[in-house]
Order: sequence, then C-alpha cells, then structure tokens
Amino acid sequence: MRPKHVLAALTALALTTASAGCGGSGGDDSDKTITVAYQKFGAFIQLDAQLQNVKKEYEAAHAGWTVELVPIEAAENDYYTKLSLMNRSPKTAPDVMYEDTFLINTDIQAGFLAPIDEYLSGWADWSQFTDAAKAAGKAQDGKTYGVPMGTDTRALWYDKTIFQKAGLTVPWEPKSWNDVLAAARTIKQKVPGVTPLNVYSGKGAGEGATMQGFEMLLYGTKHTLYDDAQKKWIVGSPGFNDSLGFIKTIFDEKLAPDPQDALDPNWGTKVNTELFPTGKLGISLDGSWTSSTWIESGSKPWPQWTEKLGYAAMPTQNGEAPGKTSMSGGWLLSVGAHAADKKASFDFVTTMLNKENTLKYDIAAGQIAERKDVAADPRYLESNPSLEFFTGLVDVTHFRPAYPDYPNVSNAIQVAMESVMTGQAPVDAAAKTFAEQVTSAVGGPDKVTTAS
Amino acid sequence: MTTATAPRAARFGAFVPALLLLVVFFAGPLLWAVYSAFTDVALTGSAEVNFIGVDNFTTMWHDAQFWNSLWLTLVFVVGSAVIGQNTLGLLIALLLRGRNAGTRGVVSGLVIAAWTVPEVVAGFCWYSYLHRDGTLNGILGWVGLDQNWLYTTPMLAVILANVWRGTAFSMLVYQAALNDVPPELHEAAAMDGASAWQRLRSVTLPLIRRSIVSNLMLITLQTLAAFGLIYVMTKGGPGTKSSTTPIYMYQESFQFYKLGYGTAMALVLLVIGAIFSLIYVRLIKVDNL
Repeated sequence: MRPKHVLAALTALALTTASAGCGGSGGDDSDKTITVAYQKFGAFIQLDAQLQNVKKEYEAAHAGWTVELVPIEAAENDYYTKLSLMNRSPKTAPDVMYEDTFLINTDIQAGFLAPIDEYLSGWADWSQFTDAAKAAGKAQDGKTYGVPMGTDTRALWYDKTIFQKAGLTVPWEPKSWNDVLAAARTIKQKVPGVTPLNVYSGKGAGEGATMQGFEMLLYGTKHTLYDDAQKKWIVGSPGFNDSLGFIKTIFDEKLAPDPQDALDPNWGTKVNTELFPTGKLGISLDGSWTSSTWIESGSKPWPQWTEKLGYAAMPTQNGEAPGKTSMSGGWLLSVGAHAADKKASFDFVTTMLNKENTLKYDIAAGQIAERKDVAADPRYLESNPSLEFFTGLVDVTHFRPAYPDYPNVSNAIQVAMESVMTGQAPVDAAAKTFAEQVTSAVGGPDKVTTAS
Repeated sequence: MTTATAPRAARFGAFVPALLLLVVFFAGPLLWAVYSAFTDVALTGSAEVNFIGVDNFTTMWHDAQFWNSLWLTLVFVVGSAVIGQNTLGLLIALLLRGRNAGTRGVVSGLVIAAWTVPEVVAGFCWYSYLHRDGTLNGILGWVGLDQNWLYTTPMLAVILANVWRGTAFSMLVYQAALNDVPPELHEAAAMDGASAWQRLRSVTLPLIRRSIVSNLMLITLQTLAAFGLIYVMTKGGPGTKSSTTPIYMYQESFQFYKLGYGTAMALVLLVIGAIFSLIYVRLIKVDNL
C-alpha cells in the first residue's frame, strides 16, 4: 500500500461522495411548489396522514401549485437537528414547517422563520383562537411566527386492573409525591411482572424526559427553571434536587423500568404500543395525546383503553396549593424565512388549520383544541372520554421558558437525569454538573441564580 | 535531462481540474472547519457568527466530559485498532500463509464479509447480538451469565464490534505484504537453526515494517473518527460510559447546537491523529516511507 495509491484511492472516494452529494441539491426549486417539513416517527403518524389529505385539498383548490411533503423520520431531538440543518441553507429550507413552541425564539434568532402578522390580519379564522394560543406563536419581538395546531397537558395514566389487583382505590387521586411512590411500591409488591411507574428520563427520551418527566416534578415544587423577574436561569434550587431525588428513588427501588430500557430512544413507543395494551405497566406520567395511539387511526388500535385506563392529575410535591400541576407545550405551523411565496405558504397553513382540518387533527392526534369553534364542536367533545379531564388541567398548567437557551438547559436536565438514574452520580453531583453546564451554556454566572 | 518538449504550463494545465476539485472538496471544508473552531457558530439560536479566539479551546481544557471522552477514544483506538484489528489481522495473515486455496478462501471470505457489511448494519447486528434479549444472552442464559452487555460493559462491546468489523482491512494489508517476503530468506534462516518465532521477529517483521506503519496509521485514523458503530450500539451511553470524542462532538454540535465547539474538538482530534502517526513512524524507524 504505497502512499501514492492511497492518495489516488482517497481522491476517487472523495469525488464519488462529492458527486453523490451534488445529486441531492440539484433539484430546481420551482416557484409553484410549497415544501412542508414535519415529523413522522414511531407512533406519531397522525400528522403525516392528515397532511397527505390536506395536500390534495390544497392542490385541488390552487391550480398549478404542488405541495411537497418532507416527512422527517426521526426522534424528537433528531427532528430539531435535521430541521435546523435544512433551515441553514436557503436551498433546502422548507416553506412551511412543524415547529415546537419551545424552539420558536431560538429559531427566530437564527433567522429561520418569517413573521406572519400581515397575513393573520386578513384571516377571519384568527379570531377563533384563544388568547393563550395566540401568545404561543408570539415571539419576544412581539410578532407572531406560527399558527397553533393544538396544545396538550400531562398527567398520570394508570391501569385500573393492576390497581384493583394491588388493592388500591380506583379512581386514584394522589395528593403528594409520596402518594405516587406509595402506590408504585404497592404495585411492585402485590403485582409481580409489572413495571409499577414509568417516568421518562435520560437522553433517549429527549425533550419528553425533560417535560413529561422532570418538569412535571419540578413545577410541582416551590421552584421553577427560570426567574422571570431577574431574567435568570435558576440552578441549584432545593426543588431541582428534590426532583432529581424522586427520579433516583424510583430507579433505585426499581419502581421505574430498567434504566437500560428507559434509555432506549424507542422506549416511549414501547410504553404505549406494548406495555399498556398488554397490562404490563401500572402508572405512566405522560401526555394528553397518549390515547391517540390507541384510537382507530392510531398506530396501535386498542379500543378497550377507555375501560382499562384511568387518569389522575400529577400532585404537587407535598400537596401545596393548587394541589396539582401540569405542563403544556404544543406545536405550530410556521412559514420559513426563505419561503419563495410567503402568502402561498401561509395559505397552506390556513388550509391545514381551518376548522374542519383542525377538528380532524385534534381528534386524531389527541390535541387539546385551541380554536373556540373546535372546542365547542360536539364531534370533538364526544371523540375521546379523556378530553374533558385533560382540558381541565389547563387551569393549573405551566409553560416552559421558551427562550433561546432553553434547548441547552433541557439537554443539561436530561444529562443530569441520566447520570442519576444509572447511578453514575449522586443527586448533589448531578445538580452541580447541571449548574456548571447551564452556566456555561447561557453565557456566564450573571445569567443564572441559585436563589429563587 | 530536461528534454521534455511539452511546455511546463501545458503539463501543469492537465492537473488543474483535479487540483480545483481538491481545493473545493478538501481544502474548502478543512479551512471552514479551522475557521469555525474559533467562532461561536451555532446550529440554531443565533444568526450571527462571532470570532471568539481560543475560547472554545479553553472551555475544552476545563471540560471534564471532554477529557473523559478523549480517554475513552484512546481506549477505543488502542483496544480495537492497535491491539485488536492490527494483531488479529497479522495473525490471520500469518496463519493463512502457505495454506491451501480452500482454507484461505473460506477464512478470508468470512473475515472480509464482516468488513463489507455497512457500518450501521454491523452496529445493529452487534446491538441485537449483545442486547438483553439478544442471541448471546440466549446462549449464556443457560449458565446464568446473561446480562445486557451494552449496558454493563459498553466499551468492551463497541471494541469487540469494531475488531470484528475492521480486522479484514489489516489482514488484507498484511497478506499483500507477506507475499513480498522472499521465501529464500525464511529457508536460509531455518537452515541456520532459527525457530519460527525468531524467523518472525528477525526476518518477517522487519521486512514488512512499512506495511505495519501504513496499516497502523490508516486504522488509527479510521478508528479515531469512528462514529456510526458506537452511535448505533450505545449512543455513547449509558450516561457517558462510551461517549468517545466523536460522539461527544456530535452531541455538542447537533444536540446542544454548539457547532463551533464541536469543530474545535474535531481539530483537536486531527492533532491527536497526527501525533499517533508520528509515534508510529518513530517507533518502527521507517526512514523512507
């Protein structure tokens, strides 16, 4: 193997790779095409199904236009990464994108999104959106960058049969974290072969671990993540350590799934398509959309869920008022900053989010409606027995601090959870690492506070 | 000597397209990477890019996780490439020397088959083999030794997988090199009463030392940058137990959106690769490679 040959081989390789790369970007962006980027992954297939229909509807109504759907098949964190990569070049940036509300300020600062205020003022339906919904798409600069598709809340789902076997009262109404732990311990003792309590944790579950897992605990303590008055991130609060402590307890006592299972990126899919339907899971801290997996159009139809499963609000740490807590997020459809025809792209958004399509989507994807006309529609109200319960949690819900640094903070939380659940670090050390990581990520010690 | 009739310029002209391609596809990205390493370029969250000098490198210096990743990378390179692939490749090549065509064909075929499997496929094969519900545990379960190898011994798992996958390359290099060793030398040494080990140490190894250096360099550089295999098998986990520098780099660049920091790490990795190469050249005393 002479150097000369190596060089020749490398050159050949590089040329092949490079020319292969050229093929991908060669596509001519015709003026009359709207590209729509969105996520399609695991049990989340409802958006894809609906967009296929809306594409036909839009193309039929707008002669000459083509809608090009770009489903990104990736887990949540990888979806954000891939979307950002697409957005970094005007050539690949989508015209319309499925955007998580917590990333909106981040992506605006990066110059990925276009404000849509001028189009919204001419859209009669906009008045149907609740004020909270309108605020979800509004950025720090006061402009609106997206139309909400629906929101969500989070709570404890539980298997009534397992509860009865364990001798626990149904309906279950835990009043504190200890009540939750006590129920899980009873299940572990009385019903072998069942995972007592699932709380998403670690990097595998991505933002799901931060929000469905950690923040559902943290926002039930006296502390939060961000001090709005001081405009600083809170690190090292007692509530933070207590929340990590809860995670440690459930993994140490084996109330939670095996860490190796919980760290699998496909864990969330497994929980809802396998464990719950086969009666192998006692309690799961999960989102209001969870039942969308089990309805007829879901990825694992399981009509019996309405009888088998119950839901209870997540209690605050020691039952502090208002006694329960929840977290809300939600997704938007946004218009890309590089969209060739922003009006046409916005028209696609309004087609997808008109009353009929929002109704269909909110039912299929288990979303809590943010359009008043949808929320009042009997078809919506009757579609899912859990809807009333989860809509009720809107009163006690919290929102994530959707600042550009949030994704970094969220990632640091996942790292802290993972080191605690795997036993690699005690709570104090993990909280200290978190404080260091956040301090460096948000730009120095003057951007964080320990008191709250 | 200078009887060439073609003018210099014309001869040079023939190289221009190739040179241009090299500049565009090699030098371009490389220069961009060097530049980015000194900026705070982010995947998202900021539209402007600031030149921040050596900040990324000072951060790295104080970043315990980076040092941990560097150590794991070292373990991975030494374990899977220098010791695993290199030694095993040489051993197989030596053992196959002088065997009949059938044996050579079957053994080489099997080893090379592992090499031709795409990285991701190899990763998933090992994932399903070592996983808690995997084949290995199916067998070990009989004696009660079953466990999730990816969880309990993540580094060993990825090192084994990389040895399995990469040995073929070393084997091919050494087979070619051994073919060039004149049999007469062996015979002469044997006549002088040299044992098999002495012949290997004093005759064969010195004669193939250039191949050893090239092989070590190539596999070291390949292994330093190994990403897909580890990512598929463990994603760097559990925790950070198999988070080698490329994995940590990916996490910082694409999950924490710090592209600048990630590229700075890539630059450090490049320097480490160069150091390894220098060590090999010195150790094996190759005067004219």
